Parts: sequence; C-alpha cells; structure tokens
Amino acid sequence: MKFNREKLVERLLLVVALSAMAALALIAVFIFKEGVPFLLEVGPRQFLLSSDWRPQEGRFGVYPMIVASLWVTLGAMLIGAPLGVAGAIFLNEFVPRWVMRIIKPTIELLAGIPSVVFGFIGVVVLAPLIRAHLGGPGLSVLAGAVVLGIMVLPTVISISTDAISAVPNSYREGALALGATRWQAVHMVVLKAARSGIVASLILAMGRAVGETMAVIMVAGNAVKVPHSVLDSVRTLTANIALEMGYATGKHREALFATGVVLFVVVMILNSIATAAVRRRFGTKGTRK
Amino acid sequence: MRLPPKYTQMTAVAVLAGATLVTLAALFFIIVFVLHKGLPVVSWRFLFTNPQEMGRAGGIFPTLVGSVLLPLLGIAIAMPLGVGTAVYLTEYTRETKVTQVIRFGTDCLAGIPSIIFGLFGFIFFVVILRMGWSLLSGGLTLAIMILPTIIRTSEEAIRAVPYAYREVSFSLGATRWETVVKVVLPNALPGIVTGLMLGIGRCISETAAVIFTAGSSLRLPQSAFDSVRTMAVHFYILAREGLSNENAYGTAAVLILAVLLVNLTAYWLMHRFIARRTK
Amino acid sequence: MFDSRKQWVVVVVCAATVAWVGCGPKRAAITVAGSTAFQPFAEKLAEELMAKRPDLAITVQGGGSAVGIQSALSGAAQIGMADLVELPPEAKSLTSVVVARDGVAMVVHPSNPVQNLTTDQIRGIFNGRIRNWKEVGGRDEPITVVSREAGSGTRTSFEQIIGGIRLTPDAVVQDSNGTIRETVANDARAIGYLTHGVVNEKVKTLKVDGKECTTEAILAGEYKLVRPVFFLFKGAPQGAVKEFLDYVLSAEGQEIIKRNGLIPAK
Repeated sequence: MKFNREKLVERLLLVVALSAMAALALIAVFIFKEGVPFLLEVGPRQFLLSSDWRPQEGRFGVYPMIVASLWVTLGAMLIGAPLGVAGAIFLNEFVPRWVMRIIKPTIELLAGIPSVVFGFIGVVVLAPLIRAHLGGPGLSVLAGAVVLGIMVLPTVISISTDAISAVPNSYREGALALGATRWQAVHMVVLKAARSGIVASLILAMGRAVGETMAVIMVAGNAVKVPHSVLDSVRTLTANIALEMGYATGKHREALFATGVVLFVVVMILNSIATAAVRRRFGTKGTRK
Repeated sequence: MRLPPKYTQMTAVAVLAGATLVTLAALFFIIVFVLHKGLPVVSWRFLFTNPQEMGRAGGIFPTLVGSVLLPLLGIAIAMPLGVGTAVYLTEYTRETKVTQVIRFGTDCLAGIPSIIFGLFGFIFFVVILRMGWSLLSGGLTLAIMILPTIIRTSEEAIRAVPYAYREVSFSLGATRWETVVKVVLPNALPGIVTGLMLGIGRCISETAAVIFTAGSSLRLPQSAFDSVRTMAVHFYILAREGLSNENAYGTAAVLILAVLLVNLTAYWLMHRFIARRTK
Repeated sequence: MFDSRKQWVVVVVCAATVAWVGCGPKRAAITVAGSTAFQPFAEKLAEELMAKRPDLAITVQGGGSAVGIQSALSGAAQIGMADLVELPPEAKSLTSVVVARDGVAMVVHPSNPVQNLTTDQIRGIFNGRIRNWKEVGGRDEPITVVSREAGSGTRTSFEQIIGGIRLTPDAVVQDSNGTIRETVANDARAIGYLTHGVVNEKVKTLKVDGKECTTEAILAGEYKLVRPVFFLFKGAPQGAVKEFLDYVLSAEGQEIIKRNGLIPAK
C-alpha cells in the first residue's frame, strides 16, 4: 500500500515538473516563432549590427539597443551585486538576529513596489539630480543603472541571506575554534559554502535587470544611439519592445519579436558566463546524493 | 606586508556596514518619498469608493480588490507547480545534464521582459483560449512569470537541508515522500517563503503583463472570468496619462502598505508554524 | 483533530472557489479596447451610460491602438479604439467612426522665455538642425528634444502635419503623455509635444505660427496640430454596441468629451 503511494506521488511530481517546464517552453516557442522568421528574412547581421532603427522606413538595426542593454545591466549589477551581497553578509553575520528579522521583510517590501513607481521617482528626482551635477539630459545610462540596481537589491539580499543563514553553525564554530576572526570565518568558510545560493541570487537579479522594462523606459531616455558615456541617453532592448509594441503591426511587430529573441539569447549568454565563471573558480559541484 | 587579522576585520565590517547603510538609505528614501506624497490623499473614503472623473477624484476600491485577487490566484497556481518541480528536481532525480539544462532554461526565462509575457498571455489565454481579459488569464500569466523564481529559491532551500536529516529519516523507516513532507520541506520553509514573498511582490507590482491579460476594468469582478484592475495598473494609468499625480501617489502609498502587511503576516505565520513544530 | 479540521477548511475553500469561478450572471456585455489615451474618456462615458441603463455591462480595456485593432478583428472586443492619424491596412475591413479629436500642444518649461515657434523652427528643432535655444530667441542653452515613440498616434500626426521630420537620434523618447509632461516640467531646456487635454500649470504651451492651442482655435480650424480618435467595429454596429456609439456621439457624450480636455468630433 505504501509502496503504491510512493510511486503515485513520484508520477504526480513528474507531471507537475513537466507542466511547469511545458509552460516555460511555450513562452520560448512563442517568442521564437514570431521572431525568427523575421530574423532570417532581414538577415541577423543586418539586424544586429546596423545602427539604423526607423521602422517607418523599413530599417531595423538594433545594435545601439544591444550595447545599451549591456551597459545598463552591467551598471545595475555593479551597483546591486556588491551592495546586496555585502548587505546580506552584514545582516547575517555581524548584526543581532532580531535586527535582521525586522529588516529582511522591509527590504522584501521593495520587491512589491511597481517598477513604474521607481521610474516615476527616477524622472522626478534622480534625472534632475544627475543633470544638475553631472550634466547631460539626466535621463541616461547612469539613471537607468541606479534605478535598476536598487530594484534588484531585494532579490540579491533575500536569497543571499537565506543561503548564508543556511550554512550550519558548526562550520563557523569550527573556523573560530581554529583561531580565525569572524571575518576570516565568513570569507574563507561561510561564503564558500553559501556560494551556490548567492550565485543563484545574482543570476536571478541579472535576469531581472536585463528584462526590466517600465522603469528603464522612463529614466534611460530612449534615444536610439550608441552610448559614449554613462550620461548619454540610451534605449535598451526591452524599452524598444515595450515602446512600440502597442502600436506595431506587420513587419514592425515581427521586428520587435525578433528583438525578444535577441534578448533571450543575450540572457542565455550572460547566464552561461556567470555559471561558467563560478564553476571554474570553485570546481564543479558534486552530486548531492 | 599583511595586516593583522584584527584590522582586516575592522575594515571589512566597516565596508559591509557602509554598504548596508547605503541600501537602507535608498530604501527608506523611496518609501518616505511615496508615503510623504501619497498619505495625505489616503483616507477611508479613498480606500472604499470607486474612482470618479477618470481617476482624478474618488477612490481606488476596485483596484484594491483586484490587487488582492489577482496575486492570490497567481501564487495559488505557481506555488504548487514551482515547489513541486523543485522537489522533483532535487529529491527524485539525480543531477544530470537534463536537470542542468532545465535549470539553465528557467534562469533564462527569468530574464524575459514582462511585456513579452503579457503579449503571450494576450494571444494565448485572452484570444486563442477565449478566456478574454480576466482574472484567469492574468493569474495564469503571472504564475508563469514567477515560476522561475519559485523553482530556483525552493531548489536552493531544499538543497540547503543537510543530507544527514534525510539519512536519519530513512533509517527510521520513512518513505521518500514522507521524508520530503515531514523533514525536508519544513526545514526548507524559510527559503521557500522567501520565494513566495518575491513572487507575491512581483505579482502585486506587475503592470505590463497584467494590462494585457487581466485588463484594466474598474468594475468589481463577479467571477474569475471578469477583468480587474490592480493598484499597480491604476498608478500606471494615472501617471502615464497625466490624470492625477496626487491620486497616483496615494495609490502607490496604499500599495506599499499592503505589501508590507502581506509580508509581515506571512513571516508571522511562518514563525508560528516553526514554533509549533519545535514545541 | 487538528489535521482533519485543516483538511475540511481546504475542501470548503476549494469548493467555494470552483463555484465562484464557474458562475456569474451574464448581462448584455460589451468590451471596448484599445487606445490608452481615450481609455479614461471611454470609461467615463460608459459609467454615465450604465447609470442610466443598468442592463448594460460595458468593460473598457487599454493596451494601445494596435491592441484595439487586433481585438476588434479577433472578436475579443466588440469596439476597438484607435487614435492613429491613418488606419493601417489590416484595419481596412473594419467599420470606423470618428468619435473625438485631439489637439497636440507644443510645451516647454514655464521658465522658458520663448512664446511662439513657426512650423519651420519646429521642424528644425526636431530634425536636429537647430540645437540651441538662442537660435529661436531663447537663452544660450542646448535644446533637449523630447518625443513620443515611433508608431504613437500623437507622434505620427505631429510629424505628418509639421512635415519633413526625421527625428534626431539625440532625442529623448518617452512613452506617454504623462511622462513627457513630467520630463519637460523638470528640465528647463526641454521641448516636447503632448495631447492638450493633459497640459497643466507645470508646463507652458507655445503658440504655433502665432496660433494658441485652445479648443476654440481647433474647432475654428486655425490650430493645425489635430488628430482623430476612431471607434472600430467588425461590421455594422448593432444592439448594445450601437447604443454606446450613439451615446458617445450624442450632445451629452460630446459635452463630456469636451469638458475633460478632448475635442468633439464635429
């Protein structure tokens, strides 16, 4: 009797896992189905390397958008990752438990604020600040990177915190018993043990940064040109899709889906780099079972 | 020349503390800014009356309802699917190429812009499956959107449970499923709840995907096939069309307070659950 | 005891959900979808009509003019709203009726001393030929050009009516009237265009070729930057759909439109 229930449960979970995968695969198929024919028709090289985006005239080059997405995402990660991981370490290792219990939900609160609110505050507060003190139109790579960096903080901090607090105390005690200071225990032992969770948080955060639309549209300026400085106005791949999808028909629409395909590929590349970098530094993870 | 560990520690702690302070400062600034501009508008009337004069006057009641029902549906669908998948991937299969590919795929999908999910939902659920603009279309689309986050965080949480716990359980004669339910999941609970919080946050704050699937109707829903407007969408429309900045901030203020309430409640429930178990 | 009580709760909740999901009274229901600019107006008109006719259920959605066209074609909506200057080829099979018109205002920061711009100057600014405010009688500062996105009805009508515009790649692009207004209100060097119903004291409207952007000037045909708002139907409008259309075109409906910042159709 018990044996049957086990098998049943296993089958059920398999179905669940497969349907989750199926749903996700459906989306991937959807994007590729709409976008790939266009890419093949116009030619990937023309699409990816041309800087001319004038859909009204039938010209579709997304090179400036690719560069913009990379710059803004990089900027966001440069701000969000160190601040986030540092915050997670500090809150877990160097602060009393009750402080952390109050602060963690407050930070997760940030995750519930709509991106349009971030964007709006960016337009009304951040952009004028940048324009006044650093020059340029204010609506720029910098504004986008700062806003996105703040937006990914909850993801990084929450998940990294979980990873760090999941490291058994015996690890810390062992290190301290060997004469290490708290900091040495943290950076030599705890962080290595929490590595996979922290990396997971960074990957999810990077995904979120690349895929963010609303906030970026409002603060990055959306000019179609390759940026030469962080104060330049830029248009990311996501902004390009969102700006024009509401009105696009025919070839223009297909071009926007093709942009979605490029986005997917960019995310895949970024993710591979991240996972490969981790694997090389720390060695492949063995199987748990 | 190497600094004595005591000094490296002091610098390290100072740097970490500084970083945390910056994060908290940014966070507080945003919350204070929105509350400062929005709270003056919020009152019981604001919460419980309908919008009038195209949103320039009146309240936000229907959007409150929408913001409760839609995320509820989204996580009701995504949690079982996500946690179930995570359990399957960690407990019932070995770490093979297939699982790595699946994990890679889910990570990539986390980077797809919400507007693409919105369009997918519009074409698949609203048009092809003829569900129309509805809670169902929105809930299903949101569920797919937060699935990667739920799967990843649940997976990490489950893997963090030391293998020793499972060994002891097996040695006591428990089956795999019993072990999962009685030993692994309760210990992985904090991590799973984190995923839940992030998922709820995403559902409540999502705009582009919701507009295309659940619509933006201001009428109170009478069934799951009715369209709803969430507070996030309401803010978006008010700010975007320049209808009323005051009411927009008011909506945002209510939104922030609502999310805070939900998060605190979930944590309180979780602590009670853990406390009850360890009694 | 605790376990079975919890199970009971779960069962009851599931049953209630299923009942709620499946049921729901059906009335004469129509869905209107499309232009986000006209959405608030359609909502207001629907609200007024439903107050008189409780047997009608009118739901208004947004999504943009393209969604409006698609929904009308696929039947997801009975009425599509589009605020484009010219309907694209796939909309040709739909019946279209102009229900309102929209004036496009040129706006700058309130501190900007410039009062009037000629069509030629506007063309020069948005092409990137004129780059400094002093060339059109303002301060010695570079001009920040703010535009809508490609495909926006406001932008298409703006560019078509001014004529000969190839937007400079340095232009900042925002995706809605509200954000353009906020951008211009926060940048003393900016110039942009938006629907005149959204103008408030945070920005200053400019005269174009000496003509002010007011409802009167537009109705008199003096102010040139105007575009239509269409209702689209698959086939001839009937029943509840026709009732709504008639209401929108009626004197009362057009008065509501005018009072809230748009221009009546006639």
